[in-house]
Amino acid sequence: MLRKIRIGAAVVCFTLITLLFLDFTGTVHQWFGWLAKIQFWPAVLAVNVGVVIGLVLLTFVLGRVYCSVICPLGVFQDIASWIAGKRKKHRFAYSPALNGLRYGVLVVFIVACLAEIGSLVALVSPYSAYGRIVSNLFAPVYQWGNNLLAVLAERMDSYAFYTVDVWVKGMATLVIATLTFVVILILAWRNGRTYCNTICPVGSLLGLVSRFSIFKPVIHTDKCNGCGLCARNCKASCINPKAHQIDYSRCVTCMDCLESCRQGAITYAPAYKARKKEVDTVPRVDETNLSRRRALSATVLVAMATALKAQQKKTEEVVMKKDGGLEPIKERKEPVRLAPLVPPGSSSVRNLTQHCTGCQLCVSVCSSHVLRPSAGLMTLMQPEMSYDRGYCRPECVKCSEVCPTGAIRLITKEDKTAIQIGHAVWVKDKCVVNTDGVSCDNCARHCPTKAIQMVAKDPALTDSPKIPIINAEICIGCGACENLCPARPYTAIFVEGHEMHRMI
Amino acid sequence: MGLQDRKSYLLDMDRRKFLKIFGRSAAVASTGALYGCTSQVGKGSPVVPGEVPVDKMTFRECPATSDKVSLLGYGCMRWPMKPGSDGKDEVVDQDAVNGLVDYAISHGVNYFDTAPPYVQGLSEAATGIALSRHPRDRYFVATKMSNHRLMGPDVSDEDLYKASINMYNRSRELLKVDYLDYYLLHSVGAGDGIPLLKKRFFDNGVLDFLLKEREAGRIRNLGFSFHGDVKVYDYLLATGIRWDFVQIQLNYLDWRHATGRNVNAEYLYGELAKQGIPAIIMEPLLGGRLSNVPDHIVARLKQRRPENSVASWAFRFAGSPAGVLTVLSGMTYMEHLQDNIRTYSPLVPVTDEEKGFLEETAQLMMKYPTVPCNDCKYCMPCPYGLDIPGILLHYNKCVNEGNVPKSRQDKSYATARRAYLVGYDRSVPKLRQADHCTGCNQCNPDCPQGIDIPNELRRIDQFVEDLKVNG
Repeated sequence: MLRKIRIGAAVVCFTLITLLFLDFTGTVHQWFGWLAKIQFWPAVLAVNVGVVIGLVLLTFVLGRVYCSVICPLGVFQDIASWIAGKRKKHRFAYSPALNGLRYGVLVVFIVACLAEIGSLVALVSPYSAYGRIVSNLFAPVYQWGNNLLAVLAERMDSYAFYTVDVWVKGMATLVIATLTFVVILILAWRNGRTYCNTICPVGSLLGLVSRFSIFKPVIHTDKCNGCGLCARNCKASCINPKAHQIDYSRCVTCMDCLESCRQGAITYAPAYKARKKEVDTVPRVDETNLSRRRALSATVLVAMATALKAQQKKTEEVVMKKDGGLEPIKERKEPVRLAPLVPPGSSSVRNLTQHCTGCQLCVSVCSSHVLRPSAGLMTLMQPEMSYDRGYCRPECVKCSEVCPTGAIRLITKEDKTAIQIGHAVWVKDKCVVNTDGVSCDNCARHCPTKAIQMVAKDPALTDSPKIPIINAEICIGCGACENLCPARPYTAIFVEGHEMHRMI
Repeated sequence: MGLQDRKSYLLDMDRRKFLKIFGRSAAVASTGALYGCTSQVGKGSPVVPGEVPVDKMTFRECPATSDKVSLLGYGCMRWPMKPGSDGKDEVVDQDAVNGLVDYAISHGVNYFDTAPPYVQGLSEAATGIALSRHPRDRYFVATKMSNHRLMGPDVSDEDLYKASINMYNRSRELLKVDYLDYYLLHSVGAGDGIPLLKKRFFDNGVLDFLLKEREAGRIRNLGFSFHGDVKVYDYLLATGIRWDFVQIQLNYLDWRHATGRNVNAEYLYGELAKQGIPAIIMEPLLGGRLSNVPDHIVARLKQRRPENSVASWAFRFAGSPAGVLTVLSGMTYMEHLQDNIRTYSPLVPVTDEEKGFLEETAQLMMKYPTVPCNDCKYCMPCPYGLDIPGILLHYNKCVNEGNVPKSRQDKSYATARRAYLVGYDRSVPKLRQADHCTGCNQCNPDCPQGIDIPNELRRIDQFVEDLKVNG
């Protein structure tokens, strides 16, 4: 019975969390966004004291049910392990704890947190690992499915489904997600919860608590006939049947042993013998480290060595302009930004790197295709913005709504209109007014704060072509100008990121 | 036929396929039987049932040469396309073109109208290949002096003359003919009117050259096609030059309610009738705008003649005046060709009462604020990659379907918004949408309907932006 409840709850949590990463319409988030926020490590990063205390208490009372119900990576391993178990029954065996490894990883993890090496933190944190797998490997499949429905809908003249772009948002992240997926799949397939009990820092941390938990599976030696069936069904490999002992730091309270025991010798009950000591607090993120984010080395700014003089050579032959056809559109190239662009709500680049666990939830819900995982060594997998596919739309604050870690704090649409995350920079030699000799005001026309205005290039002329000028004070850095600039592959206007965001 | 026609047709076919997939093919088949589709019509004719007569075509006689011209003329500016072998550029689907031309000729159509810039400059060659497979006396071919497309900012008279003569010679070469049956000064009245006309034909001697070619018999009929400044029209008709025919835009909307720079067809046709010059009609269907109409107008037209297509009204109207030599239709699809052949085999002229009815219909249509784009694609390619006709046609479609909400208070705001935005992305790729218009204005001089394209695109962009922000 207990096992069935555990499985039921786990399946519900797992499905909903997976949907958080898959659903690009934001519907699931409205109702179940909190599921991401009760994940342990995100809650720690968000300094969400209530959730952290709640989870510690939960573990103290019931053992590591967090690992078998709430953690999506844990449930994912159970599913893999369950499928493998269909082929071979009773396949586990007791193995002693690899304490050196698990606590070693935990220490490295905490040090990485304090040193703000976000990439390392994101790499081993279980929730982010799962988020990464879903958003990089499952989401494309989900979206292709959606697109298939969209094609059918289009044929039926229905607007129920619309096509979404499926694209590789970050190569490095995709590779890491694939590796994580393969490694965890193999580990789970062969040995159940190996990852949770040797690598996962959250598992190790909760293990310190669950050691002393009130409720735990207990072997009654009077009933036990020593068959060892419990150990052979323990995916955490934590039951030593010979000694009639269970390593509670590794037990994820899956209740499988209770059902596997034919003698009814294992019960889940308060264990009075082991009275615990007070549990120490979870290490908090300390804000003393001053490892300053180093701006990227000097950049050859888009200084155009060769100013293409509008020397339209008089063509000898008169060419006929033909009707129809579409002009090919050149791929965009990313401008070199001195500071990365991070979403409104993240307050500063530093706040983001400190708090982000690289789960990709914000990247998954960004419907303008602005957010993508960083490829930087220290910020690997953390979100950053680029305006080649869209710009940060005024009506959208989704990333701030979904972020479970406080890396992107909740803002309203009104807040957003006044948060300056960067400022636009005009590149004279790329502007089509100069290169093509045509009029264009696309940047000014689309600027939501009217920070760009068109002025005569040559004030002396009455019919002078007009060029954009930028009032950087009121520019919020949304990127509408950059995204809609006709100059390609490099745009004539781009947004320079700000390390510290400010209100204007 | 316009993009919309094509789309609605495709949609129709797709619906069919879709239904079939879901096992309702029987229902479709039985509808076919109900309508009595015969094998002659070919499979999947969605337009109008009934036979396509082979020898009932109405013909009109051209006074200058006594040519017996079919009332249905084939406009060669919308040939079917397919992806090229390099996967990038589109090429003309020559097999399909041959099929259409063969069908047209075997059903009496004998007038084919092309021009050097049509279909990305590929039309003359494709038309030439298809026609040259038939005896030369079975068809009349028309092409044009499109030297407005040769004008750079500062081309000299001499250069323009040379390039124009090259264009003329090349047309005959591509069409594989020694003589051209009909030759037109293409799109006079465009741009700044008289000055442009002078620069194109008078100052450089191109017109003198063409008149000599007519004397030599290499041009059998000389005329012009007109859009825009009425001064040019009146001027040309008053020059004393003998025009064997004139091509004008005529349909039941333009008859009295011409939009933009266009001139009412009633006037244009009247002037020709005075001088006994035969009229060749273009845009009888306004690029599909007269067949793709709001539902209640469909009902109004179909109620009177349930077995005839909506388009047939427009064709009957355009073909009825006795001075009309032929009515051009740019038919991409066999179904459209068949429907038009039916309408003119033979023509049942519109009665005075029906003319009144169509005038009322025109008034009803004008209540819909559509953009008068006929999808001729003269504005394309846009140097900044926009799909101008795609954007305008989607807007028109939504206007006709009631999906252009005026405010958030509209009852159906949410559904209309979704239909507009989702449909927009389906019709036009994001990078080719109106928000990318730079306003460079290079398209504007090319629009024969006188649409202020950048202005319209900005209006639509603002409308879309409002829809996006107010979810």
